[in-house]
Amino acid sequence: MDKLEFRVEKKKTFDVYNIRKDFPILSRTVHNKPLIYFDNAATTQKPKQVIETITHFYSHLNSNIHRGVHYLSQASTTEFECARRIVKSFINAKFEDEIIFTRGATESINLVAKSFASSFLREGDEIVISYMEHHSNIVPWYMISEQFGLKLKVVPINENGEIIFEEYEKLLSERTKLVAFVHISNSLGTINPIKEIIDKAKQYGAVVLIDGAQSVPHLPIDVQELDCDFFVFSGHKIYGPTGIGILYGKKHLLESMPPYQGGGDMILSVSFDKIVYNSLPHKFEAGTQHIEGAIGLASAIRYVQNLGLDNILNYELELLDYCTERMQEIPQLKIIGNAKNKSCLISFVIDNIHPHDIGTLLDLDGIAIRTGHHCTQPVMQFFKVPATSRVSFAFYNTKEEIDILINSLKKIIKKFN
Amino acid sequence: MESSDLLYQEIILDHNRNPRNFGELSNATHKAVGHNPLCGDYIELYLIVKDNVIVDVKFSGVGCAISKSSASIMTTILKGKTIEEAKQIFNDFHTAITSEIDKKIDTQNLGKLEVFLGVREFPVRVKCVTLPWHTFIDAIEKNS
Ligand SMILES: Cc1ncc(COP(=O)(O)O)c(C=O)c1O
Repeated sequence: MDKLEFRVEKKKTFDVYNIRKDFPILSRTVHNKPLIYFDNAATTQKPKQVIETITHFYSHLNSNIHRGVHYLSQASTTEFECARRIVKSFINAKFEDEIIFTRGATESINLVAKSFASSFLREGDEIVISYMEHHSNIVPWYMISEQFGLKLKVVPINENGEIIFEEYEKLLSERTKLVAFVHISNSLGTINPIKEIIDKAKQYGAVVLIDGAQSVPHLPIDVQELDCDFFVFSGHKIYGPTGIGILYGKKHLLESMPPYQGGGDMILSVSFDKIVYNSLPHKFEAGTQHIEGAIGLASAIRYVQNLGLDNILNYELELLDYCTERMQEIPQLKIIGNAKNKSCLISFVIDNIHPHDIGTLLDLDGIAIRTGHHCTQPVMQFFKVPATSRVSFAFYNTKEEIDILINSLKKIIKKFN
Repeated sequence: MESSDLLYQEIILDHNRNPRNFGELSNATHKAVGHNPLCGDYIELYLIVKDNVIVDVKFSGVGCAISKSSASIMTTILKGKTIEEAKQIFNDFHTAITSEIDKKIDTQNLGKLEVFLGVREFPVRVKCVTLPWHTFIDAIEKNS
């Protein structure tokens, strides 16, 4: 009983109405309307299995990890390390100690920028990123570029919101030391051809970081097959808790990198003359960790694995197609981001109605969407819009909810004209 | 009235469709740009002030219906007012729209601005209403 069970019954067929029962929040109302949650790219809702895992941890196991000989400390250490194994096999890393717990995708990228880039890159070296990066995959690189005299090169995109691969190839050279790319764009939905991107970068010996914040919840990931050097994501976007995230890094790279933060647990011995750093992964996990976050994330991964990422992907693409099709009924509506390979989110603008007005009016119908620049201002500048409205789906959304959205949008347009 | 009608009253929608005093003033005596970093919206405000009186005002920029109509209505109010009168109007207005929803408001001196009282139910949108006014204060103080 002290061992955390991840209470998930095997789901045989994909039954969305049954699945919705796992998510307590989906039965609440907002402004007296049933909640329709279409802001999954910002953060996802949590199934009761995850909530119960966390409650169970605090009710039965809570204590600090790696620090005690007593029973509870060992039990929680076991669960924490078990969570690491679950993440490892989920993204098919080769070694457990290639999985570093962080606060989220943002911290993972900052860790690599501070530790790897600032130790291994020299003035004049180049970093290649794309035009469609989230600010979290722009700003850290910009900051170290300023500090160390590195050059930041940006791969342009086309009108459909896809990267222009030939331009990417042109930007690569012997000076390219690091390539950082988003797997799925959070403002356009574009799925980037990361396998080809990684292969190309390798021809120049560049190290590659993939921002998987938006892809891990929707696509199966195999970091060995991809052969990326770093892969980052956030727990809260894959039905787990906030404040926990993952940095995957190839072992030989992580071993050669200096620690990111100093503190407890990341050292083997400390005297005032000499400090010996701990081995991986602890070298990068200074201080008391987000223990229930890691365990909650593992529970969320189990939940997703039980549904089956293939089932999830199929169903979510169905939602994407259905919503895209229904949006064609609205002549004033323009979809921003029409990549051939697209994930289940849609950014759009409507003639003469500002996204914030759309957001507020949909909210009054119980529909939660995101409006604004989505932390991707360069994308907004490229499409010459100040902001967009974005609906992003998860496997618990339904076509009926999309119907309500479309009706609501039609009503808003009528009101404004 | 539905909440949506409370916020998006016909007057607001009208000023959004046909903003008054929209454009630029090449001979402005006071100018300022106001940004809403949350959404990337901005307003450019142009004023001609003579002997402490606002004789002309125009605005341009990008904004939601709430901020655009607020700017539009503001320009119609500002024309002909002294700086002190204008500041006092904003003071009263600001107090009113940031007060509790159930608080009784003296709408006497709010005039046309009363249509924005619905925004009290939408705290995140209060900034949209006040952006033009803050930009006005900024223009006055920067150039004085
Ligand atoms: C593509 C992408 N990268 C990175 C992030 C940053 O994630 P977090 O804020 O959880 O660190 C996000 C979150 O919005 C994202 O969508």
